[in-house]
Amino acid sequence: MNVTRGFTGRPRVHLPGLPPGQYDAGDDWPVLSAEVTPDLAPADWTFRIDGLVAEPRSWDWDEAHGLPASVYEGDIHCVTSWSKFGVRFGGVSLDAFLDVVRPDASATHAVAYSHSGYTTNLPLADLTGGRAWIAWEYGGRPLPAEHGGPARLLVPHLYFWKSAKWIAGLRLLDHDEPGFWEQNGYHARGNPWEEQRYSGD
Amino acid sequence: MPGRIAVSDRAAALWQTATLTEIRRETPAVATFRFAVPGWAGHLPGQHLMLRLTAGDGYTAQRHYSLASPPDDAGHIELTLDHVEGGEVSGWFHTEARPGDEVEVRGPLSGFFAWPGDRPALLIGAGSGVVPLMAMLRHHRSRGLDVPLRLLVSARGPEELIYAAEYGAETTAVFTRRAPEGVPVGRLSAAQVAPLLAERPPGGWEAYVCGSNAFAEHASRLLVTAGQPVDRIRIERFG
Repeated sequence: MNVTRGFTGRPRVHLPGLPPGQYDAGDDWPVLSAEVTPDLAPADWTFRIDGLVAEPRSWDWDEAHGLPASVYEGDIHCVTSWSKFGVRFGGVSLDAFLDVVRPDASATHAVAYSHSGYTTNLPLADLTGGRAWIAWEYGGRPLPAEHGGPARLLVPHLYFWKSAKWIAGLRLLDHDEPGFWEQNGYHARGNPWEEQRYSGD
Repeated sequence: MPGRIAVSDRAAALWQTATLTEIRRETPAVATFRFAVPGWAGHLPGQHLMLRLTAGDGYTAQRHYSLASPPDDAGHIELTLDHVEGGEVSGWFHTEARPGDEVEVRGPLSGFFAWPGDRPALLIGAGSGVVPLMAMLRHHRSRGLDVPLRLLVSARGPEELIYAAEYGAETTAVFTRRAPEGVPVGRLSAAQVAPLLAERPPGGWEAYVCGSNAFAEHASRLLVTAGQPVDRIRIERFG
C-alpha cells in the first residue's frame, strides 16, 4: 500500500453500497457525454431491436409507453469515480422489448447505439432478467436531454458509460463488438464491484 | 464517432508512482503540479490520467485529471488543478502537497479527446477546461507545427485566467465578469466563434471543447450554429 503523506480523506462513514474506488456524489449528477447533446424531441425518438432476433422491430414514443411501466430505484456508478445513491428512474424493463422480438439462442451480446452515433457493447445476460431499462423519467420528471432524454438505456449494475444516452437501438450479435469507449481503452464489461474500468483490469 | 487515437491498454492498466517535483501557482485558486514519472509511456495532448491518493487506513480516492504538459516533456508530467471547495483530492494538493511527495497515476487514458497535431484544431475552453487544450498548444509550439490552431479561452476575470503569460496571437481571451480596460465583458458568443469558422482551413477544423457542462453545452451549440459539423466536435465536461 502506497500511503500518501498527509492524506486522510474526507470524514467518512462506511457506505456498504459504494464500490471500491468510488465516492458519493451526493446531489451532484455530473454530465460526461463526449458529444454534442442532440436536439431530439420525444416525437422523433424511436427505439429498434434487430440482429439475431426472430422479429426485428421498432417502437416510437407512444408504442414504447404502451408497454408495462417499470421503475428502477437504487444506485448508479460512473467510471470517473462518482456514485449516486437512491436514484429513481421510470421507463420500461428491457425484458418487455426483448419478449416481443424474441432473441435467437445464438445471441450472446448486444451493441447499444444512440441517436447521436454513440455505441457501447454489452453481454446479453446483462440486459435481461430485470436488470436493464429504457428510461425516460428521472425523479418523477422527464429525463433531461443532457442526461440522455428523451430516453436512455439504463444498466445500473455496470459503470454508467454502458447506459447509452439518447438510445436508438440494440443489435443482437453472436460475438462481442467493442463500442465507443471500449475502443478508446475502456473495459469490455465494466462491473463497478470488480473495478473493471480499463481494458486489462 | 471514431476515437482519434488507439491507446495502449498496458499503460492504462498499470499504476505507477509519480513524485511531485515542483508546484507553480497559476492563479489564486489554481496551481500546476509537476511530477517525475520515470516509466511514463508518453501521451498525446488532450489525454487524461487517473490519480490515486491512499490514506493510512487504506482508504483511497481517485480522480481523472487532464494532462497539461506536452508529450515531449520526457519522464515528467504536469497537472493543473483547481482548488475545489471541499475537494478531497484537490484540497490535499493545494494545502498539503510538497515536492518529494508521492502519488499514484495510471494512464494515459482514452484516445477520444487526443490531438496528435495532424489536423487544424479549434480549441474552446473555460476555467480549468483550458488544461488539456494547453497541452495541445504547447505541443504545437514545441514541435513548430504549421497546422492551424486557434484557442478561445473563457475566464471570469484576468486574475483567474490560467496560463495568462503563455498565450500568443492564436488565443482570444473572453472575460465573463471583469475585464481589463477596453476589453468587453460578456459570455462567449457567436461574435468570437463565427470568424474562426469563417477562416476554415483546408479540411476544416477539428473542434475540442472543455469546461463545465453548462459551458460545454453553450460552446458546442455556438459551434453547431456557426456550421461546425457535429461529428467533428469533441467535448470533455466536468461537473
